[in-house]
Amino acid sequence: MDKQKEDHLKFADLSKRYGAKVVLDGIHGSIAERQITSLIGPNGAGKSTLLSIMARLLKQDGGGVSFYEKDITRYKSSELARKLSILKQSNHLELKLTVRDLVSFGRFPYSKGRMNAADWEKVGEAIAFSELEDLQHAYIDELSGGQRQRAFISMIIAQDTDYILLDEPLNNLDMKHAVHVMKTLRRLVDELGKTVVIVIHEINFAAQYSDRIIALKDGVIRYDDTAGKVIDAQVLQEIFGIPFDILERNGKKICNYFNL
Amino acid sequence: MWCSAIIGILLLSWMSLFTGVKDIRAGELLTDSEQLLVFVISRVPRTVALILIGAGMSIAGFVLQQLSQNRFVSPTTSGALEAAKMGILVALMVLPQSSLSVRMVLAVLFTFVTSFVFILFISKIKLRSSIFIPLVGLMFSGILSAISTFFAYKNGIVQNTQEWLLGDFSSVMQGQYEGIYIILPAVLLISIFAQRITIAGMGESFARNLGISYNGVVCIGLFTVSIVVSSSVITVGAIPFLGLIIPNMVVILFGDNLRKNLPIIAYVGAVFLLICDLIGRVLVYPYEVPIGMTVGIIGGIIFLVLIFKKQTRG
Repeated sequence: MDKQKEDHLKFADLSKRYGAKVVLDGIHGSIAERQITSLIGPNGAGKSTLLSIMARLLKQDGGGVSFYEKDITRYKSSELARKLSILKQSNHLELKLTVRDLVSFGRFPYSKGRMNAADWEKVGEAIAFSELEDLQHAYIDELSGGQRQRAFISMIIAQDTDYILLDEPLNNLDMKHAVHVMKTLRRLVDELGKTVVIVIHEINFAAQYSDRIIALKDGVIRYDDTAGKVIDAQVLQEIFGIPFDILERNGKKICNYFNL
Repeated sequence: MWCSAIIGILLLSWMSLFTGVKDIRAGELLTDSEQLLVFVISRVPRTVALILIGAGMSIAGFVLQQLSQNRFVSPTTSGALEAAKMGILVALMVLPQSSLSVRMVLAVLFTFVTSFVFILFISKIKLRSSIFIPLVGLMFSGILSAISTFFAYKNGIVQNTQEWLLGDFSSVMQGQYEGIYIILPAVLLISIFAQRITIAGMGESFARNLGISYNGVVCIGLFTVSIVVSSSVITVGAIPFLGLIIPNMVVILFGDNLRKNLPIIAYVGAVFLLICDLIGRVLVYPYEVPIGMTVGIIGGIIFLVLIFKKQTRG
């Protein structure tokens, strides 16, 4: 309960239903500051719904989200865009924009379209941080899926918000790009003091990179604890309904569930 | 680069001003009042209309394509042109003595509502194949056109409505074309909102993440498109596919960043329409080939060349 008090992004009594189906069933919780929190759970558990509601992209049916002691829906949208960002999976990818153009959009909440030298500096920093210098003049519709995802994350970095919410950032990425993305997120937390929340399906990435894990099932939070505690054979079997074998290497846990 | 571009459009405007049945010479303008009269009443309005509509319709097409997230959407393939015609028709039927500005307001209103319904419709349907959406737009146009024709027939003004279908710059005259200047503030508004429009084109959640009111940007974009399309239809009639060909040519060469490319789109659109009009005037001199025909043929050929070039390069 002490943790709850310190956190700035909190949700209470949150419920959401689509038609007759209950997606979130009156859940409570909060997001730990300056850490990576992973939302895990089977398909349809309500992870993405929770993420979207926390970023005011979706309206809940009951309960509320508070951000620095203020209801999130009461923020001016341009003000909130400087404090909290969200990246969803489905972005329109046919547009012929350069990586640099895309990253510069991240400055919109500050520049309102009139980019000054400081804004461009931030764009350069964001591109460097995600190691995209070589690709900055390439068109995003000509990049691979992994490079494109890194360009979108670079835009979020340029947006420079304390809270960063990402919906399945590893979706459809090959291993190299997935590792690159997770390392970038880790550095955002460790070097820049950001707070990162991700919805993630690959349990081993969650185990290796996150500080805290919130496990959802059937619209209810089953576990909300440090990664070490949630990555546990019994806990995971309860959440996903298949047997798990947990190995440990260099103090980090690895889950084997592939063929038990 | 900039210099040659400016010289190019000045040269074309000059040719446009001094081409025609009546022989007009620049040197005799000030001494010969008859030449001056034709020049001021007919030639200048025509050239101005060509430049404004060429630039305006191209930009309108580009905005529509970004907001609908589809390369094949344009005023022709979204029902906007037909809606503008319908608005004018209603004005003619309900208020036969109505002024140009009343017709204009009705045309804008109809175009805006139609475009809005179209955008709403394609955001709701799940099957988002890029070919499917312009087909929906053409169906939309077909329905509107059928309704218009029915009422035009009942009121005996079918010929008028047919005329609007064929763009015609030869009837542009002083005293009747001034409404076209409304394209200037409309384009100015688009340039102010250019970056927001491109961002809105990336999707609703993308725009809202950056603190942009998605619905607000869509409304402003569609409103300006409606003004451009309506004023063009009222002044010269419909010019099909202009808003489809030019934006796609510019995207292939320069990309999708509306704010960077707005001047390029306007310029290419104006130059293209000036050239098409000149060819149409010279080809069967002293008669004229309809502008829609030259636009379709020349634009189609350039477009195909660009697509093939792009394929062999990539």
